[in-house]
Amino acid sequence: MSVANMTKSKDTFLTHFEQLENQGSGAAAWLLPTRKAAFARFAEDGFPTTRDEDWRYTNVAPIAGGSFTRGCEVESKVTTKQIEPFLFTDDCMLLVCINGQYMSELSQLGEIPEGLVVCNLSEAAQSHSDIVEAHLARVASTKQAPLAALNTAMMDDGLFVYIKKGVTVTKPIHILFLTDADNGAVSTHPRNLIVAEASSQVSVVETYGTLSGKSHFTNAATEIIALDNAHVFHYRLQCESEDAYHVSTMQIHQHRDSQVHAFGMSLGSALVRNNIATVLDGPGGHCSLGGLYLVDGTQHVDNFLTVDHAKPNCTSREFFKGVLQGEGKGIFRGRIIVRKDAQKTDAVQTNRSLLLSDKAMVESKPQLEILADDVKCTHGATIGQINEDELFYLQTRGINEQAARSLLVFAFASECLSDVRIESLRKHLSKRLLTRLPHGELLGDS
Amino acid sequence: MLEIRNLHAHVDGHEILKGINLTVNAGEVHSIMGPNGSGKSTLAQVLAGRDTYEVTEGEIIYKGQNILELSPDERACEGIFLAFQYPVEIPGVTTSYFLRAAVNAMRKHRGEEALDAMDFLKIIKEKAKLVKLDTKLLSRAINEGFSGGEKKRNEIFQMAVLEPTLAILDETDSGLDIDALKIVAEGVNTLRSKDRATIIVTHYQRLLDYIVPDFVHVLVDGKIAHSGGKELALELEAKGYAWISDDVNNGAAVAS
Repeated sequence: MSVANMTKSKDTFLTHFEQLENQGSGAAAWLLPTRKAAFARFAEDGFPTTRDEDWRYTNVAPIAGGSFTRGCEVESKVTTKQIEPFLFTDDCMLLVCINGQYMSELSQLGEIPEGLVVCNLSEAAQSHSDIVEAHLARVASTKQAPLAALNTAMMDDGLFVYIKKGVTVTKPIHILFLTDADNGAVSTHPRNLIVAEASSQVSVVETYGTLSGKSHFTNAATEIIALDNAHVFHYRLQCESEDAYHVSTMQIHQHRDSQVHAFGMSLGSALVRNNIATVLDGPGGHCSLGGLYLVDGTQHVDNFLTVDHAKPNCTSREFFKGVLQGEGKGIFRGRIIVRKDAQKTDAVQTNRSLLLSDKAMVESKPQLEILADDVKCTHGATIGQINEDELFYLQTRGINEQAARSLLVFAFASECLSDVRIESLRKHLSKRLLTRLPHGELLGDS
Repeated sequence: MLEIRNLHAHVDGHEILKGINLTVNAGEVHSIMGPNGSGKSTLAQVLAGRDTYEVTEGEIIYKGQNILELSPDERACEGIFLAFQYPVEIPGVTTSYFLRAAVNAMRKHRGEEALDAMDFLKIIKEKAKLVKLDTKLLSRAINEGFSGGEKKRNEIFQMAVLEPTLAILDETDSGLDIDALKIVAEGVNTLRSKDRATIIVTHYQRLLDYIVPDFVHVLVDGKIAHSGGKELALELEAKGYAWISDDVNNGAAVAS
């Protein structure tokens, strides 16, 4: 990246930040110092380069060198009909953000169950400022995380969920972030905060998509706080346009006996970087982090995971799969830290990739830092191609080669979906996946 | 129905089939026996269209057409079915989904309309009963976690659903206990008709007590060394293969 580009990008976001400062933060004035500190951090660190170890395989120069308009500056008239393809059920609480702004007329919260607070974050910053202030930007560190810092500085609207102690929310909460900018590239910084009190349970779905717009930039961040024995199910679908850039930060903080199940599917964008990190900060906690991505053309997906076992008797499972075609590139890096006190840790990390072309590339790198002595930590990575025996078997039953290949790829990928507990969502994700597979149309209704 | 003429096949530069001649007419059941490594399974796979084997010479004429250029799925759509010696496990694809895709691919080939889920379900329930296959297995991934016997019965079940014109059973009996063997035999016998033919590749004479073949061929070193009626199988059981190998080595005349 040239120095000129770097300056340009910093200028772009400096201008954005100055605009934001001048507009003021409304009722959430308390947030301004946090934003300022984060921006100072970003300004100091700048965009990462491939010289930074954490960003070695992912070059964000196209983002750093891009010129973007703030999403909130762009007018958009999105209809209910336009958002339909992104919905998986009517039976959920729906929030919609377009270009980083909450659209109450498109959202459908319906009747909110007792013991649950669900609304857009900027409303919560006023109505539930005590909870928001106690947690927002406390979990997601801006240290050595320039894009998280940029998100905190610039944060747009997003989801706020608070579940009271002992409450189980059965209906899923779905937040939809769409970009609709006909006239140019916009940047958005969606921000979500989920706080699950002790023994509560909730399912949250985030969808990121493009309605129109050139190479837009989404820089999302989600913080999840799971208190004692809370269960949080989190699903994420990223299906933005093939010219888009997508960086996400998910930071989870888990207390005693809490369980967090997170699964994300990346189908879109030219460049995707998912930073997913959890701290198991109480004994007996469990996290399962799952991911599936599919790349084609020159798409690039980088999943960067950190699981920090800070306390004893916690379990973690990481299961990531990738399907690579064309000149697509997939990176998986999984860091597992087992602190000195975290005895009886049980951590499993699995990364499987299916290469469908000679030019596709995979990097898979586990990194274990184990400071305790009584732990079970395993990791495994496989990179394979279509199994010829399986292909022949299907063909001898009359299924043609293209359909058989497609079926095998689908079977490989859809294994990840079996853990999605919301059936309508699982079907929706499965359909989305099929449309991206070579000859997926041959498989019909599976 | 099937005429194999002077078939030679190689794998990795080694010649496995060294000039097979075999004619199978509609309504007939042929059994192919022979010692390990004689090329029995290779013949079965070559008939089904496996491309790891390179056919260097000869022809396979099926229903009047040389099928060497046809892909495995095209052969399947023309009515050729291979029951695998080692059925493949395919995680992530359920048997019922896969079989419906197979049935509909074949129906499409014949210019028929696709079966809907209800009609298909009716058929598979009926056929599963025939081979005493627990229908719960059908909603599981293909052969994944199936016992050896379940895998083989699943092959016969698929055969019953797909109703092939030419069925090739590659050591379907190997490793089966007598009950499972009877079920497999019953499945094959039910399908037996004057319009269909079956080739049974087997190592053991036992299966032939239940599926009585019209012809028995002995494959030795890539060639059919001896052919005869069903009594040949008994003779092989009693005397082994050595006497035939000796015949071949001595250049003795071979019945065919």
